[in-house]
Amino acid sequence: MAKKKKKMPGLNTSSTADISFMLLIFFLVTTSMDTDKGLTRRLPPPPENQEKNAVQINERNIFKVNINSVGKIMTSGQIVLECTPADLARLREMAKDFISGKPHPGETKGPECSMVNVPGLGPTLCSDKHVISLQADRGTPYVAYFAVQNELVAAYNELRNERSKTLFGRPYDALNDDNKGAIREIFPQKISEAEPIDYSKMAH
Amino acid sequence: MPELSTSSLPDLIFTILFFFMMVTSMREVTLKVKFQIPQGTELEKLENKHDVSYIYVGPPTDNLRGQFGTGTRIQLNDRYADTREVMDFVAQERQGMQDQTKQVISIKADVMTQMGVITDIKEVLRKSYALKLNYSAAQRN
Repeated sequence: MAKKKKKMPGLNTSSTADISFMLLIFFLVTTSMDTDKGLTRRLPPPPENQEKNAVQINERNIFKVNINSVGKIMTSGQIVLECTPADLARLREMAKDFISGKPHPGETKGPECSMVNVPGLGPTLCSDKHVISLQADRGTPYVAYFAVQNELVAAYNELRNERSKTLFGRPYDALNDDNKGAIREIFPQKISEAEPIDYSKMAH
Repeated sequence: MPELSTSSLPDLIFTILFFFMMVTSMREVTLKVKFQIPQGTELEKLENKHDVSYIYVGPPTDNLRGQFGTGTRIQLNDRYADTREVMDFVAQERQGMQDQTKQVISIKADVMTQMGVITDIKEVLRKSYALKLNYSAAQRN
């Protein structure tokens, strides 16, 4: 005896689309699309590996930037700057002058430059010996330290941009990787973030 | 004219939904410190979010202030931590990464933080060979 097959009514799925739309919108809203930005720096490896090749750097190759606990900036040549936009712009100019090989105010020699065979450009004068030494006190406000770092990076970026425009007729960001590398070789970024000195302890 | 068949519409939406579920990275930490990041002009975008670990530095949030005071704190994941714990944190974060050499540490610190705290963190990062550092900041025009 054949059982009479009862036909099941199909499940109504017309609202599935709405439900999944709602889920979709939920995820769209909660997704954090915020782009994180910041100053990217590379730390030197821990000291024990470095001690071997620690070399004395010639004084003329160092541009010292010290920030004290109230945010005042002192650079090589005993120039004291405040943490204001005008003075920060001045710091940027000083850093640019130094990186491009001009001497500190009051001195005769700037940092050493040497002829390097840059791929794609041939022998070029590169500012490869300079070091910018940035030193902060333990009490320095982070905002001052960051502002100075920002200016120093800006100095490099401006120099690279200017050189890129004269050599390739385009801003640095628009170059291909090879040309970027060439420009980077002319102006290598050398900011040394030395460990801070605790001036408050030194006074006692 | 035959009616347009919408029976595959749910499948379509589900596909989009799954896509979004996979690319979404929900903020998994609740902030326990209050910070205002500095402003800068020479900022770079953080390329790959999976390689980034965050360290938050600042005073406790208003509702935790009664309990923890107003001194600068370091937050790792969901809790306050000591500078020394940064090393474990870095190692732990590194484990889940495909390319461990690409690890980036992003420091989100309050503008009024004293540099001593940040330098201590940097020293620990150096010791743990997490050498790529990012000072998180907002774009200034």
